[in-house]
Amino acid sequence: MPLYRVGAVTESMILARGLRKSFGDFEAVKGIDVDVRRGEAFGFLGPNGAGKSSTMRMIASVSPISGGSLQILGMDPATDGPAIRGRLGVCPQEDTLDNELNVRDNLYIYGRYFGIPKGEVNSRVDELLEFVSLTEKAKAKVEDLSGGMKRRLTIARSLVNRPDLLLLDEPTTGLDPQARHVLWDQLFRLKQAGVTLVITTHYMDEAEQLCDRLVVMDKGLIAAEGSPRQLIEEHSTREVTELRFGITDETNPHELIAEKVEDLGRLEVLPDRILVYSPDGEEVIAKVHERGLDPIGVLVRRSTLEDVFLKLTGRTLVD
Amino acid sequence: MASTVPDTGLSLVTGTLRQTDYWWTVFKRTWKGGVINSFVSPLFYVVAMGVLLGGFIAGDPAKLEGATSYLAFIVPGLVATHAMTIAVGETTYPVMGAVKWHKTYYSMIATPLEPRHLVAAHMMFVLFRLATACGVFMLVLAPFGVFESWWGPFLAFGSQLLVGMAFAGLVYGYSTRIRSESAFGVLFRLGVLPLTLFSGAFFPISNLGPVLEWVARLTPLWHGVNLSRMFCLDTVDWPLAALNAVVLVAAVVVGWFWSVSGLEQRLAD
Repeated sequence: MPLYRVGAVTESMILARGLRKSFGDFEAVKGIDVDVRRGEAFGFLGPNGAGKSSTMRMIASVSPISGGSLQILGMDPATDGPAIRGRLGVCPQEDTLDNELNVRDNLYIYGRYFGIPKGEVNSRVDELLEFVSLTEKAKAKVEDLSGGMKRRLTIARSLVNRPDLLLLDEPTTGLDPQARHVLWDQLFRLKQAGVTLVITTHYMDEAEQLCDRLVVMDKGLIAAEGSPRQLIEEHSTREVTELRFGITDETNPHELIAEKVEDLGRLEVLPDRILVYSPDGEEVIAKVHERGLDPIGVLVRRSTLEDVFLKLTGRTLVD
Repeated sequence: MASTVPDTGLSLVTGTLRQTDYWWTVFKRTWKGGVINSFVSPLFYVVAMGVLLGGFIAGDPAKLEGATSYLAFIVPGLVATHAMTIAVGETTYPVMGAVKWHKTYYSMIATPLEPRHLVAAHMMFVLFRLATACGVFMLVLAPFGVFESWWGPFLAFGSQLLVGMAFAGLVYGYSTRIRSESAFGVLFRLGVLPLTLFSGAFFPISNLGPVLEWVARLTPLWHGVNLSRMFCLDTVDWPLAALNAVVLVAAVVVGWFWSVSGLEQRLAD
């Protein structure tokens, strides 16, 4: 039996207009429009505190909206919360697994909350354990699992009701590279099977790998929207030249040198290097040398979402 | 609010029953510890206070609310107090754990379940714990000749469940509203301990003097202790028994709404 079956109808899975969320005087989400269609992999990118998780909790129909409108699967979360949640899969940012239960029971008991009959849950649990490669660990205690295994178990748990819409809040935060790739592979399979994915992340490579379309959120607002390629084309140049100079004293040499190259393209001055946004990287390097500058390291690369992100959300560290 | 029931929501019974497997595993995991807390500790109390200390106390029915021995006096109050202790134990750390530490409640409300279902299932589990602990306790005490009628102990058992559930609801609601577990210290020291000592379980509240006696009468535990004792000793004053029962039922109802609204607010943050 296939793990998944989803209809091919194009319909709006999430429709938000002017969506807001406030906590007392603090406004976490300040009026955003979102439209996610069936079968899409949609991403919310943004630094910490951008309002991604608050948005996700409203979409998950567990946190009431403070303003605007929101429809999930064509229903209103304020009145149809339970019906919506019955068709959602939620993989929260923090693991909320029951540490006292073993791996299998975590899935089985969760399936029972959806009212799935015992026999049916049992067979789904076997399938899901296989899918996330945890069959061998079925009887293990959750607290004995590695971080990557816990995440995979959380994802398996979010699939137990065969959701139409899967919400993943920072699914790979805190995982090592191997574990991330395993998880990406599993999410990619779900996407291939037609599951609509909504992902929040602050990893740009993750967004590029997984998302068909994404929005960049900053300070509760949407700063940009589009496919990863579109965003790069709109907000960055084809190539980026990275220049790194030796440190001579306490001051950041990059700040001083930046003044000498500021006509070569848009600059981002980072603590350890200068990024020059110009379509032709080789030309930038040639001009840098012509001006008598001698970087200790140069790199010409293609623009990535990270460049878009830096431009749109700034370089200020948000804790 | 607790009273709003969405059109598409599960009924209270359906939502509660869906958690049966969860609570069954909790029971399988915790029953051994429960045996110690439920039966062994209270038995120590009965032996130490009722039998050994009671040996120094004259069994004067006029001074002991109709009991012919101190053991017969103390047993109904001890069981009612024990019901309160179990209820408080089951609705403090377990509730805070599910909200704050393990966050299991957050994963539960990501399903069609709602806070009222979580409260209801938790309350059913508390009721089960109360029924087994108080039931076995009463059975063990029966041979000691502390019951004056065959039917009284059954009604006393009912009143013990009632007082337990009254505390379960009130304390559950409290647990959903506090942010730090240190607030439990306040609850235990300023709530549970004085209630245990001064609600008439160990001595008649008339010994407290007229003012404090009335203070004691205002506590939910006294209503449970009094009801349990009147039924065990067959000294039932029916109008007073009705008042005791009404107070406890009211506390159960208030506790239910207080718990549901508390959990709803907490989980919507």
